[in-house]
Amino acid sequence: MRARPDTTDRAALSGGAVRRSLQLIWRGMSSQPRTYVLAVVTSALFGAMTVAVSQVLGRATDDVVVPALAGELDDRRSVWLAGAALLGVAVTLALAVAGRRIFAGIGYSDIQADHRRAVTRQYLRLPLSWHRSHPTGQLLSNASADVEAATGVFNPLPFAIGVVAMMGVATVALLRVDVWIAVTALSVLPLAVLANLVFQRYMSPAATRAQQLRADVADVAHESFEAALLVKSLGTEQREAERFAARTQQLRAANVHVGTVRAVFDPVIELLPSLGTLLVLVVGAYRAAAGEVGTGGIVSAAYLLTLMAVPVRAFGWVLGELPRGLVGHDRIARVLDATGELEPGTHRLPASRGGLAVELRDVEVAVPGAGGPQRILHDVSLSVPAGRTVAVVGVTGAGKTTLVSLLSRLQDPASGTVLLDGVDVRDVHPQDLTRDVALVAQNAFLFEDTVRANVTLADEDDPHAPDDEAVWDALRLARVDGVVRALPEGLDAPLGERGANLSGGQRQRIAIARALVRRPRLLVLDDATSAVDPRVEQEILAGLRRQGVTGPTVVMVAYRMSSVLLADEVVHLHAGTVVDQGTHAELLARDPGYRDLATAYQEESERRGALVEEEAR
Amino acid sequence: MSAIHEDGVRLRTTSTLGARATLRRGVQISPQLLDGIVLTVVLAVLAAVGRVVVPIAVQLTVDTAILAPGGPVAGRVVQLTAVAAVGLVLAGAASALVNIRLFRSSEAGLAELRTRAFRHVHDLSALTQNTERRGSLVSRVTSDVDTISLFVQWGGIMLLVSVLQITVATVLMAVYSWQLTVLVWAAFLPLMIVLRPAQRRVSVAYGTVRERVGAMLGAISESVVGAETIRAYGVSERTQRRIDRAVRATRDAMVAAQVRVAVVFSSGVLVANTVLALVVVAGTLLGIDGSMTTGRLLAFLFLVQLFTGPVQLATEILNELQNAIAGWRRVIGVIDTRAEVTDLPDAVDSPRGPAHVELRGVSFAYPGGPRVLHGVDLDLPARAKVAVVGATGSGKTTLAKLVTRLADPSEGAVLLDGTDLRRVSLASLRRRVVLVPQEGFLFEGTVAQNVAYGARATWSADDDAARDAAVLGAFAELGLADWVAELPGGIGADVGQRGERLSAGERQLVALARAHLADADYLVLDEATSAVDPATEVRIARALDELTAGRGTLTIAHRLSTAEAADLVVVVDAGHVVQVGPHRRLLAEDGPYAAMHAAWLAQTR
Repeated sequence: MRARPDTTDRAALSGGAVRRSLQLIWRGMSSQPRTYVLAVVTSALFGAMTVAVSQVLGRATDDVVVPALAGELDDRRSVWLAGAALLGVAVTLALAVAGRRIFAGIGYSDIQADHRRAVTRQYLRLPLSWHRSHPTGQLLSNASADVEAATGVFNPLPFAIGVVAMMGVATVALLRVDVWIAVTALSVLPLAVLANLVFQRYMSPAATRAQQLRADVADVAHESFEAALLVKSLGTEQREAERFAARTQQLRAANVHVGTVRAVFDPVIELLPSLGTLLVLVVGAYRAAAGEVGTGGIVSAAYLLTLMAVPVRAFGWVLGELPRGLVGHDRIARVLDATGELEPGTHRLPASRGGLAVELRDVEVAVPGAGGPQRILHDVSLSVPAGRTVAVVGVTGAGKTTLVSLLSRLQDPASGTVLLDGVDVRDVHPQDLTRDVALVAQNAFLFEDTVRANVTLADEDDPHAPDDEAVWDALRLARVDGVVRALPEGLDAPLGERGANLSGGQRQRIAIARALVRRPRLLVLDDATSAVDPRVEQEILAGLRRQGVTGPTVVMVAYRMSSVLLADEVVHLHAGTVVDQGTHAELLARDPGYRDLATAYQEESERRGALVEEEAR
Repeated sequence: MSAIHEDGVRLRTTSTLGARATLRRGVQISPQLLDGIVLTVVLAVLAAVGRVVVPIAVQLTVDTAILAPGGPVAGRVVQLTAVAAVGLVLAGAASALVNIRLFRSSEAGLAELRTRAFRHVHDLSALTQNTERRGSLVSRVTSDVDTISLFVQWGGIMLLVSVLQITVATVLMAVYSWQLTVLVWAAFLPLMIVLRPAQRRVSVAYGTVRERVGAMLGAISESVVGAETIRAYGVSERTQRRIDRAVRATRDAMVAAQVRVAVVFSSGVLVANTVLALVVVAGTLLGIDGSMTTGRLLAFLFLVQLFTGPVQLATEILNELQNAIAGWRRVIGVIDTRAEVTDLPDAVDSPRGPAHVELRGVSFAYPGGPRVLHGVDLDLPARAKVAVVGATGSGKTTLAKLVTRLADPSEGAVLLDGTDLRRVSLASLRRRVVLVPQEGFLFEGTVAQNVAYGARATWSADDDAARDAAVLGAFAELGLADWVAELPGGIGADVGQRGERLSAGERQLVALARAHLADADYLVLDEATSAVDPATEVRIARALDELTAGRGTLTIAHRLSTAEAADLVVVVDAGHVVQVGPHRRLLAEDGPYAAMHAAWLAQTR
């Protein structure tokens, strides 16, 4: 294990909520500098132009409208000029709005994409033990809902920045009209921001809870639909519906709570600018009575407040997204800052055809459990000469899967060593390891891709990819070529999500073909033929044996005695340790536990035979 | 492609209803949506009227106070604005009430929609569920409903208020100047017309975003679910490339959608402000003729603001509406997909007791697929232990599905104690006939919780001790007490999500104990012990023999040890029943069974 090389560059944010919020915003924006410069510039332009609308309107009122309606305007051309000025501002404003939205969208989408790339890189880098200690659902939501939460703030952010610019320009513009009107109008804005802050304080916990419940509802649905066959066969639809309904009702209550908070604050926040407008009218009237200001000044100040009613809310949106964003970011950061990938080795294995010799010395594997670490394997020592076929046999839960997973270094032992051709597997270069060792797992995993890609695991244009002839050879050896040939698209047939278009046995055989096409030097079959017909299984295993001296070393977890009989040797594993190793005949003679396993069916059928005869008598 | 294995009925991806019919059907499913709607609308009208308070106040203050003959009258302004402020507060209160009422009714309605869709997914036959991606089914009861809720709560309120606001503003504008009102409408109408196709493009773009997000999540999930395979084969880089491509495609779709939205929205801004310029010019020119006061013209400018806001907003709301309708269609698509296996109105309860199962001329084809069973006649006497053997794909599992009525035969009938299964109430059928599927699915929780799941409990829900005793008893009766004893944590052991902390074989043991506690009259075991070791399997088989004495079992197995132990062996080949009889008799016949058994013996010895 090794620490992340750049420990100073952690994804997690530090400090109080304000500091972390600013960090979140700054990191996002500085990761897309070009986009955010443009977004900020267009947003600022939008802010300035919004104020300009009210300014031009005010000027037009004083210089054109009031004189014209009073019959004091001589030149009608000034009416058209005022119109043209307003039109110019309108066009600029519209362009600024478009720019603001487009750049905000680009920034938001790019940050989201960056997060997703980073998170999935970790998924592919971190070891299996890390994967096993994190539920699948959580990892999927890290890459989807959490990324969305962490980036949600960047959608309204440029808008809010534009509003800051707008407030600055508005202050200057209002001060030029009249100090008292300016003070009146501007006093409303801090109030509006304050109202938004209070709103967020109530809103954030409510929204977080609703979000959590939404995820819970999805979890229940996911689990329940996955259990569909079981639910149907036990007739527990109603029970499931009630389980789901209980969560749904909680979500409903949480959503209503969110709605109520919004329902109370929305009118308050909307009311403030309107009340401000009325206040400006009052103050404006007094100032007009004092002869300090014209109608235009009052109108532009009042109009400005109505224009700013919606934009001021952008602060609320940003502030509202921040708590959710911090939670989302924290979750992603836990993935990004996770360490413990297996350190890759550097030793190159010579490219060779023959089998690999396998040796395990005093291997122990433990997993963290409730009462301290639990040993899954202990004191395991065994040796498999190159080119031999060994069956690993043992009762359910003996540790067979863990044992074979060490061979392709899906995990490292807590102590002891695993040697391939005498080289510690931890020192072997990962490329050589995946070239020479092929593992077929208990549950065949297929990608949503074509038959060919599922066998080669390479892109079509990859020059090192096995050619179609090699793919067909592997399919033939795995006895699945007939199935593929029957598909209209042949090797190009898509297999659906997780290979949903195939039966369990067909999936297993495709997975075996995937291992065989690599012509591995060590083939590890972890009960890889459980869903395959026994006769077909025999053909597959016999086919492997026929490869003779150039064939691989085979380590297989097996239940069927027919498969075990094809092995040169048997390793009997029980309760995490090797009980015995030898030929089938040897173990049968000296290992009672093995005898029970090996002759279970035979004895059972003899027992039944005896019973039947007894009854017959 | 046509599926290779089991092609079932595709769940209707969406309903084919039009927008209005979708809304109608949606309300029909969730009548709560319309709870108290009359009062809500009345309150909304009040809230909308409140919006014109400010423009009216502006007009009155300017005309009667600020520009009053003889100079500004400040006192009158104070009176006017005080009245206006009271109006604003009242309107605000009305608006709050509208929001709360809409949230209450919409959430109640959507909870109903969610629950009904969820229940219906379970009611759809096993065939439908098999072919539909589970992720997409989940989204029907989660994100699709969320889309509707987003619209109903945000868009619905805004649309209601906006329409009212436009109406009230138009009325008031007409009072001030009909000419300018015509002008404003003339300017906005083309926008509304142009916006419609633009909105359609926006919603197409969002559809693409959703599709790409789905594909991206699929690619990402492979890196999690397939972690073992990816490591074992060193294909991290290729997997990353696939994910990166999907991430990039999603990003591009999002940006494309955002650009379209920006164009639509900013054209609204453009028109709104252009109208402002038009009103100033036209209003002034009209005013010169004496038909306009300054106050009225200014009030008009404020009213245009009231008018343009909602029209801009409406462009966004209509997007939401389209999303909501699309989501609604998908959810309705689930609810309106006919469940193939349902209770007939005249269904009868099947009384408990030893079950006698018959198949008469049963044929079956998965929808759109070839026949997988051909004219099967079988008589499975009560109390008989029946083993079904045959090669992979011969139709064994289909037989199990028909006997448990996870599907109905295309032709012929399955009879339980002489009654057609289609006429037996599902509740009593599931009580009597229980299937143990090959893949022992476990829920997140403890072993005990999983075993007790589905048991017709004789203990009370919070009596864990009684439950645990029953669970331990079940394991003991199956001869699995020592396995439980060795399990870290015993029956309190946490099995993890989908039981992933146990091995496939261990999951099957738990599933078997669960089926045992369900105490059925007839047990159908579909390779239920395929992943356990031979010694354990034999032990379980013996235990089951004891436990099911006096009851019937139908066991599907490719280990012939099961057949040796059965009273009756059914040999299936390519969808036909080719041999039926006791093990010994079939062994003596020169048929496929004898050959299979010989091969099996060769494998086990």
